[in-house]
This record gives sequence, C-alpha cells and structure tokens, in this order.
Amino acid sequence: MKTPLVSIAWVIVGTVIGSFGAVFLKIGAGHLSRSLKSLLTNWRLALGIGLYLLSSVFYVIGVRNGELSVLYPMVSLGSVWTLLWSKLLLEESLTKPKFTAVGMILAGCVLLGLGSQ
Amino acid sequence: MPVTELQPKTEPAQHQGRAMLAVLLCTFINAASQAFIKLGTASLGEHPTMVETAVGIFTKPLLFTGYALLGASTVLFVLALRKGELSLLYPVLTLGYVWVTVLSAVAFHESMNPLKLAGVTVIIAGVAVLGRASKA
Repeated sequence: MKTPLVSIAWVIVGTVIGSFGAVFLKIGAGHLSRSLKSLLTNWRLALGIGLYLLSSVFYVIGVRNGELSVLYPMVSLGSVWTLLWSKLLLEESLTKPKFTAVGMILAGCVLLGLGSQ
Repeated sequence: MPVTELQPKTEPAQHQGRAMLAVLLCTFINAASQAFIKLGTASLGEHPTMVETAVGIFTKPLLFTGYALLGASTVLFVLALRKGELSLLYPVLTLGYVWVTVLSAVAFHESMNPLKLAGVTVIIAGVAVLGRASKA
C-alpha cells in the first residue's frame, strides 16, 4: 500500500489546524473565571475546541487511504507549528531544551512509524 | 484587538512543574479514552453510518466512557494551560501515542518490535528534556 500525497496533505493541514486550536485553548485558558456565564461566552475556548475537533476530522480522512507508518510521524509536526505560534503569537521564549525535545519527539515518531509498517 | 491583549499571564518556569504533571496525567487519560473508543467501536458493527456513530457515543457504555475521558483530558489540558507555556506543554501530548503503542502491545496483543521500542524510548527521553526545563 502506498500513501497518496492527498492523504499526507490532509494530515499536514490537520496538524496546522490543530496547532491553531491549541493556541486558542491557551488564550481561552487565560480568560477562565469561576462564573458559568464567562465560561459559556469564552469564544476563544470554544474556537480552540472546534479547531481541535476539525483537525481530528482531517486525520481520519487522511489515515483512511494512507499508511500509518508514513502518517504517524506527520502528526508530530503539530509540535513544530505550535512552537512557532507560541513564539510569534504568545511571545513565549524558545529555549534550547524546547528545540531539542521537539527534535527528539519527531525522531521518535519516525521510529514509531517505521515500526508500524 | 492586538494579540498581546489576548495573551494570558504565564507563570515563571518553576511554577510549571505542576502544569507539566497535569499534562502527563492528561496523556494517560487520553490513552485510556482511545482504548475505550477502540473497544466501543466494535459494538457499532462493521460499517456504522455517521448517525449510528453519533447515537452510539451516548448509548454504548464503552464509547460513552471513551468520549467522557477524552473530554476530561481536554479540560485538564486547558487548566494546565492557565499557568503553563504552550510551547512547553503541547509537545508532551505526544506521550499519548506512546501509551497507546504500549497499551496496544500489552492489552490488544499488537506487535511490539525494536523500532517501536526505540521510538517510545526517544519520545519519553524528549519529554524528559521538557520536564527538566520546566523545573530549571
């Protein structure tokens, strides 16, 4: 079974959507308070959850026609995008341990993918 | 609205150890939810329609438990994000795949091989690097 480029595209777009979901979850988390009204009107949180759900739809479609061994490592790309948005949009510092860790996680997911063949 | 106005306050690094532990717990709950969803999907029959799946989430106990746990892990992740950095906590979620791989081998008797084992080890080591950074 060969993985069509379209399947890879679905998964990669899914990781981008998911990483934006995470950014909105983070922004929404900063607006949490104890009142129910504030929780129900927290559109940032709702958008974050919505983007998360949307990204899982993309994964399901992508995985349907592709090999897990190829697509598994792709999913961990979400960490790379998230690192980027954390710096650009949330002004978090990108330290050496963060780069090292994401590099190791990517490598680990490639190995998992190879093992799943 | 400028992005900086939307930005929540993030605690200094030494306060992120707890957020880190919360996300670690999150990955365990997430893996458990995947197992319940996998087991529950079997009760839906061979080719369930989208409506059958949606109804099944509420009527099949295993599926319901799976999705409830998924919801719980999301809530926990959001709570962890209140004080933790996204760039520190998000990569930790990858551990979910690790537990699923281990669980698949142990509970569902799927094959475990040296490559998978190496992958699991490298990912755990990568997360350990983040764990150390959160306390530095």
